[in-house]
Amino acid sequence: MAVTRGFVGRRTADSSRVPPGQYVTRDFPVLSAGPTPYTPLDAWDFTIRGGVDRPVSWSWTEFQALPHEKFTVDIHCVTKWTKLDMAWSGVSLDTFLDATPTQAAYALAFSDGGYTTNIPLADLRGGRAWVVDEYDGRPLDPEHGGPARLLVPHLYFWKSAKWIRGLDLRAADQPGFWEMFGYHNYGDPWKEQRYYGD
Amino acid sequence: MERAALLRRLTWQTGTVISTTFETPRVKTITLAVPDWRGHRAGQHLDVRLTAPDGYQTERSYSIATAPTDEYLSLTVERLDDGEVSPYLVDELRAGDELEFRGPVGGHFVWDNDFGGPLFLVAGGSGLVPLRSMLRYHRAIGSRVPVRVLCSARSLELLIYREELMEMATYDLVDVSITLTREAPSSWRGYRGRIDPMLLSMAGWAADQMPLTYICGPTAFVETAAAGLVALGYDAARIRTERFGGTGV
Repeated sequence: MAVTRGFVGRRTADSSRVPPGQYVTRDFPVLSAGPTPYTPLDAWDFTIRGGVDRPVSWSWTEFQALPHEKFTVDIHCVTKWTKLDMAWSGVSLDTFLDATPTQAAYALAFSDGGYTTNIPLADLRGGRAWVVDEYDGRPLDPEHGGPARLLVPHLYFWKSAKWIRGLDLRAADQPGFWEMFGYHNYGDPWKEQRYYGD
Repeated sequence: MERAALLRRLTWQTGTVISTTFETPRVKTITLAVPDWRGHRAGQHLDVRLTAPDGYQTERSYSIATAPTDEYLSLTVERLDDGEVSPYLVDELRAGDELEFRGPVGGHFVWDNDFGGPLFLVAGGSGLVPLRSMLRYHRAIGSRVPVRVLCSARSLELLIYREELMEMATYDLVDVSITLTREAPSSWRGYRGRIDPMLLSMAGWAADQMPLTYICGPTAFVETAAAGLVALGYDAARIRTERFGGTGV
């Protein structure tokens, strides 16, 4: 390991919560590949399609009526920032997936604006993933993915698709937007799976 | 086929600092000699990794400032007062030092000649860095794609690549507009004030010319520019953005 001349660095107090190569920020950075879409709530729905008997959709009103959980998690972005103790409210993916029996093993999340990202279905079950519509006690801002985004905190944040509109369930894995551009297919921050081959 | 070409494992490598140059009092360009650089596309970035004597490491991403056709690889880094890496890079790093990095990274915020045009490049502050790579590349390959550039800076003194922009503005195919948001010399004949739809419509292309647009800058700047262009009728699918910093939340 080559030491960088003259570099001392700052250590984070609670380094057990910070994955390798990450730094803690108090800010909430924004990264998006294009303009922020603004979809009216009466035109919004969340759809599970693909490997299901028939596609199932929830309107905004139906989504609002589903049981919401409030939870606090740490978020790790592949661009190196980690933000601790982020407070969200949303609907567990289990709630949606319990209503849509499937043999599929993979999901391709799709969003307004054309963004996609792929996640093994097992990672969306078991209370580890949500569709969130509230951050810090307030409706989710459009630049942070509002009205609703996917939240999969145990993977790098690009897997938590902003402006989520649904899941395409598949028997075979298909890389999404950033995965096609050389980002890691799975994206475990604790294994520092940033890019292809990591 | 393109995907196969992009999917190469990114290993850490070391470059030697050839020179460091102040662009403004807080922004420095670091030029690296890299023995076996695999090449990059205009607009891509690098991950830089610093290692302390006790083995502590930290990483940050920086846009590549030079074109794929340039001899050396340069990064332009803005010093963030509360930063961990940028103060080191701006204050401490000097010619002869070695810097560890891997890349190139990113495949969306890139420009190639065959993407068509006309091209509209919109930069807020140091968001100009990846766009400078595109402009240098555009020039180096003799592209015939017409380009309009809109740069927003607080003052003329804080505008990076000033001389280079002025020179680029003399090319037939490149128009450069600058807006100064805080202070302007009394003789200033460019734009003043923050970007808004009026300024975007004057400095950019008409929507029916189907421009390809790249916007880079702080989050609020990019949100304003992208939303303004969509409101002017620009095709959202032909607007590519790269943001830095947060929303202060």
